[in-house]
Amino acid sequence: MTTDTTTAKSGVKSVPGAPLLELDNVKMHFKTKGDGMLSRGTKWVQAVDGVNLTLKPGETLGLVGESGCGKSTTARLITRLLEPTAGEIRYQGVDIAHMKERKLRPYRREIQLIFQDPYSSLNPRHTVGTIVGTALRTHDMVDKKGELARVQELLELVGLNPEHYNRYPHEFSGGQRQRIGIARALAARPKIIVADEPVSALDVSIQAQVMNLLENLRKELGIAFVFIAHDLGVVRHFCDRVAVMYLGRVVEEAPRNELYEAPQHPYTQALLSAVPDIAVVRGVPPKNRIRLVGDVPSPVDPPSGCRFRTRCWKAQDICATNDPALEEKAPSQRVACHFAEPPAESIIAEAV
Amino acid sequence: MLLYILKRVLSAISVVIVTLVASFALFFLAPTDPAGVICGPRCTPERVADIEASLSLDQPPLVQIGQYMKGIVVGRDYEAGGTTQHCEAPCLGYSYTLGQPVTKLLAAALPVTVSIVIGGAVVYLIVGVLAGTIAAQVRGTTLDKGVVGTTLFVQSIPYFVVALLVALYATFLPDSGYHPFFDNPLTWASGLLAAWLCVGLTNAAAYTRYSRASMIETLGQDFVRTATSKGISRRRVVYRHGLRAGLTPVVTIFGIDLAFQLTGAIFTESIFGLPGLGQLTLRAFGQYDLPVLLGGVLVGSVVLVVMNLVVDIAYTFLDPRVRLG
Amino acid sequence: MSDQTIPGPSTVTRVARTPGTNEEPYLEVNDLHVQFPTADGLVKAVQGLSYSVPLRRTLAIVGESGSGKSVSSMAVLGLHDRRVARITGSIKVGGREVVGMSDKELEKYRGGDASMIFQDPQSSLHPYFTIGDQIMESYRAHHSVSKRQAKDRAIDMLGRVGIPNPRRRVDQYPHEFSGGMRQRAMIAMALVNDPKLLIADEPTTALDVTVQAQILDLIADLQRDFGSAVVFITHDLGVVAEVADDILVMYAGTAVEHGPVNKILGEPLHPYSWGLLESIPALTGEPAPLHPIPGSPPSLLAVPSGCPFHPRCEFKDRVPDDLCRTLKPELISRTADLGRTSRCHLKDPDKVFETDVLPRLP
Repeated sequence: MTTDTTTAKSGVKSVPGAPLLELDNVKMHFKTKGDGMLSRGTKWVQAVDGVNLTLKPGETLGLVGESGCGKSTTARLITRLLEPTAGEIRYQGVDIAHMKERKLRPYRREIQLIFQDPYSSLNPRHTVGTIVGTALRTHDMVDKKGELARVQELLELVGLNPEHYNRYPHEFSGGQRQRIGIARALAARPKIIVADEPVSALDVSIQAQVMNLLENLRKELGIAFVFIAHDLGVVRHFCDRVAVMYLGRVVEEAPRNELYEAPQHPYTQALLSAVPDIAVVRGVPPKNRIRLVGDVPSPVDPPSGCRFRTRCWKAQDICATNDPALEEKAPSQRVACHFAEPPAESIIAEAV
Repeated sequence: MLLYILKRVLSAISVVIVTLVASFALFFLAPTDPAGVICGPRCTPERVADIEASLSLDQPPLVQIGQYMKGIVVGRDYEAGGTTQHCEAPCLGYSYTLGQPVTKLLAAALPVTVSIVIGGAVVYLIVGVLAGTIAAQVRGTTLDKGVVGTTLFVQSIPYFVVALLVALYATFLPDSGYHPFFDNPLTWASGLLAAWLCVGLTNAAAYTRYSRASMIETLGQDFVRTATSKGISRRRVVYRHGLRAGLTPVVTIFGIDLAFQLTGAIFTESIFGLPGLGQLTLRAFGQYDLPVLLGGVLVGSVVLVVMNLVVDIAYTFLDPRVRLG
Repeated sequence: MSDQTIPGPSTVTRVARTPGTNEEPYLEVNDLHVQFPTADGLVKAVQGLSYSVPLRRTLAIVGESGSGKSVSSMAVLGLHDRRVARITGSIKVGGREVVGMSDKELEKYRGGDASMIFQDPQSSLHPYFTIGDQIMESYRAHHSVSKRQAKDRAIDMLGRVGIPNPRRRVDQYPHEFSGGMRQRAMIAMALVNDPKLLIADEPTTALDVTVQAQILDLIADLQRDFGSAVVFITHDLGVVAEVADDILVMYAGTAVEHGPVNKILGEPLHPYSWGLLESIPALTGEPAPLHPIPGSPPSLLAVPSGCPFHPRCEFKDRVPDDLCRTLKPELISRTADLGRTSRCHLKDPDKVFETDVLPRLP
């Protein structure tokens, strides 16, 4: 594999023809001491347990799922804030899963992260100019003379007043702070931005502003996104392709329209049917809601076989013994279920 | 739970041993001349050598440490001038200057210090927690500012000055002195009253501030709002829901504080003339009385380690989220 | 656990809401003002809010952070510290005036006829007391019964809110419950005294969407059983569409639009409501570009003159004489439909909606 890699000026190697980003059976198990301060035998939280994903240049991949499904851990693995327990994370064909910090640095430049909380992810003692400028300097993006000009250019790009470079984060509103976070991510001219719930802390009207900004940046700069959100409407609006996660695994992955209109995994169907839809008031008959029983099981001791089987109405004996693989059930639609099929009466069709 | 305590006790013992070895090394290997101190000014070199042999001071340090440890566990024999004196376990040696077993000296001094510290703690806990809780409830008012100002003022005066002022001017208090509790609890209390007030009121300032900060945070919590929305009285909201959660961090500080005070009541004991642990070690320090100093260190480290354990166990009763084993 | 059969595919369909009845209002808020004097100036959190809710109906109060939706609802339950908040106007619950009640009267009132469910069940339950203990405390605050009786009542309530094994669960601590179960316990606690008024402050915002669905069903079921008036505070218009009869849209401390939910969400008459609808990505159809409201909500220390929304309003040029900047519009009926009100100077808001806004909606 090393024979046909090429090395770019920045130090980033690549294998020609390889996808931009590829997660190959990635696992992240965290050590836990169980419930008490002392318990015999260490337990492992299987936060991410065998995730496969690919991302093409300029594409937006949505990751959805409920709390504890491993979507945020996946984000931190892609950006290598965490080192996976197993599996490969290939950036342009080069495995960065266990790369040492020194060699990793050029890759860090190309994969940037936007955080959920614009309040805590900016240093309150630094001006906006310093925050964005530090990102520029860390990756040697500009010389000292050009720094301020580039900072102002970036601020303008994200819709902030470039004259405000010497203000502190607390002088900005929540939405503006998220823009600062975006400017900081853009400073490195990344090829991938991993956005972990970038709008969920914002008010509805501000949320739409930031989403439009992200969309414009994607179109203008051709950046690929891994977009993580629990709001299914937001993901649908922004993403080309969507992967649904449950208890550390991807259970369904499909292009947006297929996933939202003909979901095949029972969990996807339940998830979509649970979203309250404002369309009801416009004369659309209220949709049938699949009511899931119980709660998500603990990732310390997940169910055998299919992890969703304990809450699934289709579950049979085979689900407890055989773990369904993520397989293509329809063109470009991959589902991990023994009984995958489109919903009997399309959940969405009713609402159209 | 039992397994947890066992594990903690084992680790506590190892901490005590390490502390002992370290202080042993510091004291015994230092260029002091204990044999000379014991022997006195008119001393012959033969007599010094004799004393050194009887105290094993001529042995290599490791052997000395070993003998000291052995003495704690099974006792030890001292030979001096042809006679053998048995020192029963736990043996911490003999005071060079007083000639008495260190264990006996410690046993006499410890109750005095414990009496001072516990009594003082009762005062500062009651005054401090109450004042802090009240101040937290009326946060921002003149009363609150007054409380905070007073604590700042008290904390800015050096402790020995407060103790001296109490000793000199609070003449309306009964004369201080130590009388064993089991002889007469009343005289015990009256003899310690001045020391208690002194320890209690100065420390109350710090506890007022801890409790105030902790209660302000707790009273702003969502569960306090929930409690209010139930329709129970404000008093019940503050003291049942607020104080329960607000006191937890104060308990942590208290445990550690108590341990330090048990080993460091030197000012209080000196000024009020109470023959406690602080006085004992202070005197030993001035006279190179190394076995007594070592004994003091041993007691101090045991107390600290035990208090830490007690705090951790207390936590499991205070906070159900912390469950052991 | 794994042997248990899973019922299903169990589906629920929400019962269509009944049209408005002319019932006597149980909660009546009139010209409510809530202000907080601070070092930076006077925070005008609620300015002249009026609304009413009869028994068996649900009013959703919608707005963004700082709109005054939570502050006004806390005032209804008398939860503001009177040393910090200045409250004027009138809040009548079951005919009794809440504003100006003494501490003793407030204690009797809170948690009895009116109770509240909070947003985050994790932080809203006391971590050191068992679930049963906390429910029993609520019950015993308003009923003189023995501990035994109160515990039976707590177990009964836990069963009613769908907590399996209530006899065992009653002695557990909140950290032993999952997020959804905690919110169920919170609801059990709020309903233990059969309140006639229930205020739910973002009760599902901290929950996952499948759990949210369970909780919304539960609140609807319980409301039917208990016949309470419900005030449902949320920022999620999808949730509003599912649970509410009426809706009150708040902006910068004032109500800007009020009426039956299908009308306000179907054909809103206030530019702020339009902006909200245009900010929400659709779940169906071809994704349309979003048209967010420009700018951000104003500081409550300096609420804009005239209509508080005018600095962000794209239609203010259609109102003559700079009226939007100088005169605060009244909350009145703007069309032939008298059942709904809005606070806007636009002459034909229904026509503007049809020609300018509707085509842009997803």
